[in-house]
Amino acid sequence: MNLQTKYLGMKLKSPLVASASPLSNDVSKVRQLEDAGASAVVMYSLFEEQIEHDNQAMETFLEQGTDSFAEALDYFPTPDEYYNKEAEDYLEQIHRLKKAVDIPLIASLNGVTPGGWTKYARKMQDAGADAIELNVYHIATDFGMSALDVENIYIEDLKSVKYAVTVPVSIKVGPYFSSFANMAKRLNEAGADGLVLFNRFYQPDIDLEALEVMPNLQFSTSTEMRLPLRWLAILYGHMDKCSLAATTGVHSSYDVLKLIMAGADVTMLASTLMKNGIGRLTEIEMEMKRWMEEHEYESLDQMRGSMSYKNVKDPAAFTRANYMKTLQSIK
Amino acid sequence: MKRKMVTIDGNEAAAYVAHKVNEVIAIYPITPSSTMGELSDEYSAKGQKNIWGSVPSVTEMQSEGGAAGAVHGALQTGALTTTFTASQGLLLMIPNMYKIAGELTSTVFHVTARSLAAQGLSIFGDHSDVMAARQTGWVMLASNNPQEAMDMALISHRATLEAHLPFIHFFDGFRTSHEVSKIEQLSIDDLKAMMPDHLVITHRKKGLTPDAPVMRGTAQNPDVYFQGRETVNPYYTKTPGIIQNVMDEFGKLVGRKYKLFDYYGAPDAERVIIMMGSGAEAVAETVDFLASKGEKIGLIKVRLYRPFSGEHLLQAIPKTTKSIAVLDRTKEPGSNGEPLYHDVLTVLTEAMQEGTLPTPTFPKFIGGRYGLSSKEFTPAMIKGIYDELSKTKPKNHFTIGIIDDLTNSHLDYDPEFSTETPDVFRGMFYGLGADGTVGANKNSIKIIGEETENFAQGYFVYDSKKSGSMTISHLRFGKKQIRSTYLISRPTFVACHNFSFVEKFDMLATAENGAVFLLNSPHSKDEVWKFLPGRMQKQIIEKKIKFYVIDGLEVAKNTGMGGRINTIMQTCFFAISGVLPREEAIGKIKEAVKKTYGKKGEEVVKKNFEAIDQTLENLFEVPLQSIITGSMEEVAVVSDNAPDFVKNITAMMMAGKGDFITTSMMPADGTYPTGTTQWEKRNIATDIPVWDTDTCIQCGKCAMVCPHAVIRIKAYDSSFLNNAPATFKSTDAKGREFDPNTKYTIQVAPEDCTGCELCVEICPAKNKQNTSLKAINMAPQLPIRETEKKNWEHFLSIPEYDRSKVNASTVKGSQLLQPLFEFSGACSGCGETPYLKLISQLFGDRMVVANATGCSSIYGGNLPTTPWSQNADGRGPAWSNSLFEDNAEFGLGYRLSIDKHFEMATEYVVALKDKLDPALVEGLLNADQKEETGVFAQRERVVTLKAALKTIDSSAARMLETLADYLVKKSVWIVGGDGWAYDIGYGGLDHVLASGKNVNIIVLDTEVYSNTGGQMSKSTPMGAVAKFAAGGKRNGKKDLGLIAMSYGNVYVAKIAMGASDVQTIKAIQEAEKYDGPSLILAYSHCIAHGYNLKYGMQQQKLAVDSGHWQLFRYNPDLALEQRNPFQLDSKAPKIRLEEYIYNETRYKMLTKMNPTVARELLDRSQSDIKARWKHYETLAGEDFATNSNGINPVRKEA
Repeated sequence: MNLQTKYLGMKLKSPLVASASPLSNDVSKVRQLEDAGASAVVMYSLFEEQIEHDNQAMETFLEQGTDSFAEALDYFPTPDEYYNKEAEDYLEQIHRLKKAVDIPLIASLNGVTPGGWTKYARKMQDAGADAIELNVYHIATDFGMSALDVENIYIEDLKSVKYAVTVPVSIKVGPYFSSFANMAKRLNEAGADGLVLFNRFYQPDIDLEALEVMPNLQFSTSTEMRLPLRWLAILYGHMDKCSLAATTGVHSSYDVLKLIMAGADVTMLASTLMKNGIGRLTEIEMEMKRWMEEHEYESLDQMRGSMSYKNVKDPAAFTRANYMKTLQSIK
Repeated sequence: MKRKMVTIDGNEAAAYVAHKVNEVIAIYPITPSSTMGELSDEYSAKGQKNIWGSVPSVTEMQSEGGAAGAVHGALQTGALTTTFTASQGLLLMIPNMYKIAGELTSTVFHVTARSLAAQGLSIFGDHSDVMAARQTGWVMLASNNPQEAMDMALISHRATLEAHLPFIHFFDGFRTSHEVSKIEQLSIDDLKAMMPDHLVITHRKKGLTPDAPVMRGTAQNPDVYFQGRETVNPYYTKTPGIIQNVMDEFGKLVGRKYKLFDYYGAPDAERVIIMMGSGAEAVAETVDFLASKGEKIGLIKVRLYRPFSGEHLLQAIPKTTKSIAVLDRTKEPGSNGEPLYHDVLTVLTEAMQEGTLPTPTFPKFIGGRYGLSSKEFTPAMIKGIYDELSKTKPKNHFTIGIIDDLTNSHLDYDPEFSTETPDVFRGMFYGLGADGTVGANKNSIKIIGEETENFAQGYFVYDSKKSGSMTISHLRFGKKQIRSTYLISRPTFVACHNFSFVEKFDMLATAENGAVFLLNSPHSKDEVWKFLPGRMQKQIIEKKIKFYVIDGLEVAKNTGMGGRINTIMQTCFFAISGVLPREEAIGKIKEAVKKTYGKKGEEVVKKNFEAIDQTLENLFEVPLQSIITGSMEEVAVVSDNAPDFVKNITAMMMAGKGDFITTSMMPADGTYPTGTTQWEKRNIATDIPVWDTDTCIQCGKCAMVCPHAVIRIKAYDSSFLNNAPATFKSTDAKGREFDPNTKYTIQVAPEDCTGCELCVEICPAKNKQNTSLKAINMAPQLPIRETEKKNWEHFLSIPEYDRSKVNASTVKGSQLLQPLFEFSGACSGCGETPYLKLISQLFGDRMVVANATGCSSIYGGNLPTTPWSQNADGRGPAWSNSLFEDNAEFGLGYRLSIDKHFEMATEYVVALKDKLDPALVEGLLNADQKEETGVFAQRERVVTLKAALKTIDSSAARMLETLADYLVKKSVWIVGGDGWAYDIGYGGLDHVLASGKNVNIIVLDTEVYSNTGGQMSKSTPMGAVAKFAAGGKRNGKKDLGLIAMSYGNVYVAKIAMGASDVQTIKAIQEAEKYDGPSLILAYSHCIAHGYNLKYGMQQQKLAVDSGHWQLFRYNPDLALEQRNPFQLDSKAPKIRLEEYIYNETRYKMLTKMNPTVARELLDRSQSDIKARWKHYETLAGEDFATNSNGINPVRKEA
């Protein structure tokens, strides 16, 4: 049974990739992931905004109240140099993980400035990351910003990182584009080595007692994989050398198989591992193999894209007709 | 050899040498010397080595006494050891200093000479402290400027090894210690050359070791002690020669030549001043100026003060000398002259006797005092002294610089006289405290000093308040060495960084004609003129001042700099001052920005660059106007309603005219009226809270947390609204406790608020339509200032709510009580003051406060105005500060005195009982005053008693009249910070706790020495970075509460207002009620924790939720009822420690400096919390009905 696949130009033993989650904070957990069958690991994200905010806060508070009162001209010793703890920790963690496991390690970066994207991407590469996943999210609240303006941000970020590093670069995006197919094409043309579909945002909730907005992130469910499934199916075969990764809602072997049939090169799992433990990965792999044996598949290559827009009998099922059919099925 | 030029202050200059030539350093913070200890700690924390290649060991002690002890021990065991101190600190070292000198031990103490606390404390400079140590047998070497502070530091460290005598190396506090100056830094080779190994080895060999045992410190008897004392004479005889040789060696090596007594001036001088310290530099400058005009004057700078070498002094006195004035920067009341005067007089008299006098006849000889507590000492005053020396009968024992209309000691002088020359740039910069003005100016000095051939000098004057204060930077640049050790009197450049100052301060009064004036103004160049006061317009026109404006805040806003205008104003300065070519200057500022902020992230650098570029586009010259349009009327400093003392004296200090207050105007014994902050309307908040009556739930939390008591609450009869201003807000009082028709108002004192926003953050009520609004919201002050002033006045006219109807154990109830602690000078958002205010609300009319030196004594007692106030009956807290180290004992003294007077009053009542109403006597003697009603009832009885006594003609009746008030309970409060309670005052605190006496001790625990700028105390938690713990504190916080509980008869509580305001009130009430010693540990957030203090109360809650700060009460009274006295008031830790601590820079910065250690200390702290919690839970779970294990609940004085 051949579960091998290629992602970002790397040969992976299976399509089961651990996606960005707190599990990668812990070296032993990542070792467990490898043992359980993960073919690669995407690390938790490094947030440039957090680092810059921390630095500026430090700057502000070290100077707060200084040169105001004769007896206390300042309140802290003067540090010689700062470590950006998050950044240093992150790079150190790449280093540690690379030493601990043999599977490829994909670092994840969320930048805010062009300088930040490139600086940290280069550092991640230097620390030993096998690839970099750009975790881009942009809630377009600016009423003066057009869809094109928003899209251009993604393209520019991608291009600047591609320019700065030699390791493969994937980009993880959300689904909220007016024309996602066109957007994917542009990303592909801009040099993305992989598209990761889709990013999940923190969604706001309201605390009725405190009258406060509470943003948080819930675990995904299997039904959520249908959105990436659709777009993988549509994009498959149109992406040149750019790999496709499915993330969000991958909870079972069936989910994995479906996504590969739609066109994914890899599938990324997090929620199910957090909920059910790392061992769930082994179960999924075994179930996949069992299903493939039962259905006489020998490799993933056989099935990849077999249910894509290009290759299904009724491609309209992936588009508007899908809605119609759903309604009819109720009757 | 070319040495590096650096721009540093005297403290850094001395610390640089001290750290390089010592092995052990014991430190303790005291202004103005703390910086030397801090730098030493930082140097060692960063791994910097001494000249022998080892990182000196730096240890903070619990007091200066402790530091001296540790130094003594380290010296006895052979280490090269040093310390730094000043003022009271030096006094605490004196016992050890006798020993160190008696044992002929080599060491140097670097002292920033500072005033001693007498009628009042002063942090500023004079020689009172070092003069109080002149009898200890230590060599005393003075340096007069930052260069000399470095040079003499090295000379001292070398000479002490040769002389086998300890040295005090001193320089003037808050002049030399804080004057930033361009100086030549001694190289490591210089230091090595001056510190030969063989001397170090000799010193080391003297150390005690069991390998070659000897003993010192014996007890001696009448037969030998005297001789033993005289054995040291040869050492003192040789020392002046040794020091001169070292100075000569230093001169050969470095090029700067010093003498024990340096003569400066005309070779044929007839009038000579003899003095030591920084003032001598100003005299030298004046000598140059006047001698160039042909005056025959001179100066002898005394460098070596002990041993006082008559021989060397006589060599320095010109033969032509006809009159001598010896100047002392100290005061010895009752003496017939100050110390230096006596020393010189003795030398001259002995010389006269022995025929070695250098002058043909005995010169006219006078002495005088100058410059106490950094009082200005200017060329004008100096000329006044030289003029006096010309008189046939010059005034002896004079003072200069003050008007002494009590004993007429002062000399008159012409204040217009000046030696300032046009070749020196003289700039004065007026900034708001913490706005970055001082930092930017220090940076400018560095640029000019280190990047150009110019010499540079910077001196900075600060306010006495900790919030919203003004700073004035005095900067001089010139081609020649600058010796002006006085403030700039005639600026050629004036910069005002805050527009509100144009009304408040007369900044152009002393500006030179044609000076440049730079104003940060929200008004454009075309508009600004009409916003200037007439006085300023007149000055600009008459002096032909070149006037520039910039809207610095706007530039800051547009370039993402927030409110920080420092870089912007610095750019303006360089652009228009002409000190450097404009382009070159801008380039250098950018370099400096990169250097300063580079490590803090690219964004910060980028923003600063943008700000610099935009500044140049937004800086405009205002064309010279010719018409005065502004009002010439001066705004009164205080209201007409103020008492005379405030109007006549306090107001002068407030207006910056305190120098003109004469001796007869001053209280002779340091006694001042309370309640004076109410007259100082500071208007420092740009935004103030505004009450929303509809949203408010009347919980009272906003008033409770207000650090400055500017949010007040009253409930009152609706009739008081009859004459209220139209904008006065009111609503129906909520709650069954109020009579119908009771109205409720929350009023803000608009001119006293500091804008901290604690009130808004704590407010639990949200507006239903717009949840971003609460029941109290910030709004710009200026548009509502006038209306709110009127509302505040009306509010004050409404009587206080009847205390007897208030349930003071609730937040709501307690906040209806009048605070008798208001508008202090504490930091905006201070975490300490809400506790003091609450205590003043509960017991203010009967409390007497002993206050340890520290933040609370400064915002509580720093002139000009003080916050402890009085109620309508004229009652209120009486307050005093003794020292830092003795506060518990000081407060106990109050108790002893009050108890004695109570006892005597009781005895007199008994003695007079036959002449008094028996019911009155019975009531007086058996009054239960545990509750306030009992206190008030007793007060009524005392009124009756006093009336009755008037009719009794006996000495007992007269005595009882003066003692009767002691029959009413007095509440003794001992207040201080953790530096006092955990460290320097711990011994006394412990003793007072053990005394069983009824005192209430509150420790305002900021976990750091806040007042001196954040040094580590034993309360500082593990993992926090503090000064003296620059690498993060490795040990945990002392559990003072647990220690106090071990006595069993001490009421102990640990409180945090932000975590539980109700528990806070309860604990304070129980502590006061408890008839024995009480200790309250109050978590106080602090600016030294490094976060936006508006979140102070939230951080308090997180501190409790994380288990870092447990809330508990230990009430020995409960044990009497067979109940567990220990009550745990907080729940088990429910958040991780990091969720609390990493909101604060003190912890966070360690993660940025040393992530590995930060992690390790976090883990250790987290396990400590777990262990402590377990222990506390066990204590709380003990069954006291059957089990008396653990803490023994024995009633006090058992």
